[in-house]
Amino acid sequence: MIASLANVAPHPGTAAQGSAIVSVRNIKKTYPGGVEALSGITLDFPEGQLTTLLGPSGCGKTTLLKIIAGLLPATSGEVLVGGRTVTGPGPERSFVFQDFALMPWASVLRNVAFGLELRGVRKSEREAIAVGHIAKVGLKGFEYKYPHELSGGMRQRVGLARALAVDSAVIMMDEPFSAVDEQTRRKFQEDLLGLIANEKKTFLFVTHSIEEAVYVSDRIVLLSRRPSRVSTIIEPKLDRSGDPEGIRRDPAYLDAVEGIWQSLKKYLD
Amino acid sequence: MPVAATNDFTEPAVAPVASSTSLRQIASHPLTLRFVSFGLLLVAWEYAGRIPISVAFPTFLETMRGLLDMAGDGSLLKAFLITLKPLIAGLMISIALGVGLGLLMGLSRFSEWLLGPIFIIAQAAPLAALIPVLTFAYGIGLTAKIMTVCIMAMPVIVMNTLSAVRNTPVSLVEMGRAFLGTRSQIITRIILPAASPMIFAGLRLGAAAAFIGIVLAELLITPTGIGDLISYHQSVADYPKMYASIFSIIVFSVLFIECLERVETVLFRPEKHAS
Repeated sequence: MIASLANVAPHPGTAAQGSAIVSVRNIKKTYPGGVEALSGITLDFPEGQLTTLLGPSGCGKTTLLKIIAGLLPATSGEVLVGGRTVTGPGPERSFVFQDFALMPWASVLRNVAFGLELRGVRKSEREAIAVGHIAKVGLKGFEYKYPHELSGGMRQRVGLARALAVDSAVIMMDEPFSAVDEQTRRKFQEDLLGLIANEKKTFLFVTHSIEEAVYVSDRIVLLSRRPSRVSTIIEPKLDRSGDPEGIRRDPAYLDAVEGIWQSLKKYLD
Repeated sequence: MPVAATNDFTEPAVAPVASSTSLRQIASHPLTLRFVSFGLLLVAWEYAGRIPISVAFPTFLETMRGLLDMAGDGSLLKAFLITLKPLIAGLMISIALGVGLGLLMGLSRFSEWLLGPIFIIAQAAPLAALIPVLTFAYGIGLTAKIMTVCIMAMPVIVMNTLSAVRNTPVSLVEMGRAFLGTRSQIITRIILPAASPMIFAGLRLGAAAAFIGIVLAELLITPTGIGDLISYHQSVADYPKMYASIFSIIVFSVLFIECLERVETVLFRPEKHAS
């Protein structure tokens, strides 16, 4: 799987300017019953970047993400991942769910190792991998806890560790912080920046929070209201090397937030 | 610092507070309430038997003496062994077939369309009315009794399993697909564990219905086992022993269902007994 992706992106070092690892070609989605969610979306997601889909609620962001994940069929159009057409979920993509989707009967360790378990990786091997990722998301010592013993923020860290554990090139996150309280969400966003910088993976992120989008993204795709199209693409050029709190005071950050708000405003009645 | 200050402040009151809280702890323990409620019922029973409200109504203590007598001469054990045979056989068949059919219906719309209506009717209908028909068809032997247990226990097991499977969180199944689970992996590792609490709730209801079924069968088809003890002691007017037989099957059924709950927690819900 890694070999096949290497053909597409021979220079991961230049990922910032990288070629598209995920391409969406003229995707349309009409739900049974006639609701048109997406009307012809064409988009590229550059390798090694975090691209956010942002738009008013109900605009089809999650629908688009699930089509890319192969969890929902598109009505027409195609999705290419690493140059191949998507027909269903694949090993090069993993998913972080809005409602965490953790198995309540399984420990943190088993939940994180579950993707590997389904792939038939030996128990000792997959648990060793999972332990590493649990530590990486800051949950060391919670391996044998159960989801109901964790806070919402910690549960989503488990969801993120599970997505990291399968070592996919693309990680999709569907409003991962929407069920998490504000303080936890800020801390999590800061930690996420660190993880992204270390992981060198492509992230596809869906959110309805403008601040969150600007804070974490290399690229922001604004979607219009349903039936949605790509409205604008914004690349906030923020310096993320310094203090993560400093970003929120950076004039570039504030300008980007304001700019997006101005362009989204017209979709609200 | 604030902790120490609080301690100093409450120091003189520690002893009385401790004794009253331990009393309150006992009083608020869920078991206490159960024992008190049972105790009141037994006292009322004893009192009603002493009035007496009827010559055919023994006191609680007489009933217990009858129970000890029957336990002592081995007739109780013998009766239970006879009753248990069709009960366990019928319950096993109901569980295997019921959970199997429920799963099938939960996983495939076609089989639900095909089989669903039968079980919806069976669950609502007074199926005990079928006992004479079963006797007619299968005679008065073991088969008719096992069938009685099955028709009583199976519908609720099937319907609970069906809705348990249907109630699996959509996002968990989606998660299984996103992480490349095969259909059978998703069924065995996600849908079944997610459905197990509700399936077990169905099994407990099914077991309770199975007890109703076996007692009905033993009273209506031919008196055997516990049904024989009840009707024999009624016919010779040995009311303490008749009540003792009824009492013993009720206690046994409650304990049996309680055990089923323990089995579920130990086998399927590790998070419930985690530290």
